[in-house]
Amino acid sequence: MDCVVDAPWSPRVRHNGVVTVSATGPAPAEIAPDTDLEFGVELEDPWVTIVWNDPVNLMSYVAFVFRTYFGYTEEKATELMLAVHHEGKAIVSSGRREEQERHVQAMHEYGLWSTLERAEL
Amino acid sequence: MTPFVRRRGSVVGSFEQSEAQLLANLAAQVVELLRDRNGESESSADPLAAMVGMNGPVLPPEDPVLARLLPDAYTDDPEDAAEFRRYTEQTLTSSKVANAESLIGGLAEGGMGAGEDVDVEVELDEGQTLAWLRAFTDVRIALAVRLGIESDEDAERLAEDDDPATAAMADVYDWLGFVQETLVQAAD
Repeated sequence: MDCVVDAPWSPRVRHNGVVTVSATGPAPAEIAPDTDLEFGVELEDPWVTIVWNDPVNLMSYVAFVFRTYFGYTEEKATELMLAVHHEGKAIVSSGRREEQERHVQAMHEYGLWSTLERAEL
Repeated sequence: MTPFVRRRGSVVGSFEQSEAQLLANLAAQVVELLRDRNGESESSADPLAAMVGMNGPVLPPEDPVLARLLPDAYTDDPEDAAEFRRYTEQTLTSSKVANAESLIGGLAEGGMGAGEDVDVEVELDEGQTLAWLRAFTDVRIALAVRLGIESDEDAERLAEDDDPATAAMADVYDWLGFVQETLVQAAD
C-alpha cells in the first residue's frame, strides 16, 4: 500500500497489529483542521506470535487464554483456537518484537506452546 | 470430586481426600522438577539479577517435561532463543512454582489431611482460579510427556494399556482434563 503524505503523520501500532495512522497538526488542504484521520490499515508487522497445537491443552482453555490475555472476542478467540487445532498453528498477534516477546512469555506462563518469528513479508 | 462452579464471584469445588492428595503430590513433583532446574535460589530469585539476565540459563532443559514447560521462544535462531531464555526463564519458572504452590496451599486450606471422611472444599478468587488453571496445565503437560502422549489418539489408546501402572496414570491424566474443563467453564 502506498501513501503519499504531506502532513505530519504519527503511526500508532496497537497490540492487535492494526496500524492506525492519525493526522495531527496542519492537515492537507482538503481536510478540515482537527480532523483525526483513522483508517485501520492492516500492514504486515515485522514480528508475529505463533501458538502451536499440542495434544494436552483443552480447546476451551486455549480459547479462554486468547480471550482473557489478548482481550479477543469470543468469536475471534474461538476462530484462532480452531486454527491452532486444525492447522497445527496460528498467528495470534503481530507487532513490535519486544511486545511479541512479552506475549510469548505470557503464553508460556499459561502453558501454551508459543514462539515468535519475523513475519513473512 | 464436585465440579467447579461459580458462586458469588468465587469459584468453588470439592475433592475427596485421596483426590486432593493426588493433586498436591503431582503439583509438588512439578515444583521439584522446576527447582532442580534452577536450584533452590529460584524461589527467592533476585529480581535485579533476573532483570539484567545474570546467571540465567541459556540452554533448553534436557528433561523432556521441563523442555515442554520452558520451551524455546525462537525455533529458527539458537542465539535469540538463548538470549530470551537467559532473561526470562527464571521468571517463568518462579511463576510456575507459585502456581503449583497456590494449588497445594489451597488444598491444604480446604482441609486436605483433616481426616478421611472430610471433603476438601476450596473457594478460589480470580487470581487463584488463574493460578490453578495454569497449575493444572503444567501437571497435565508433565503427565502427558511422561506418558508419551503426542496426539489425541495416544491418550485414548493409553487408557486401554496392558500395563496397569500406565493405564492408571492415563486415567489420572483424563480425570485432570475433566477437572480442568470444569474450572475453565466456571472461570468464564
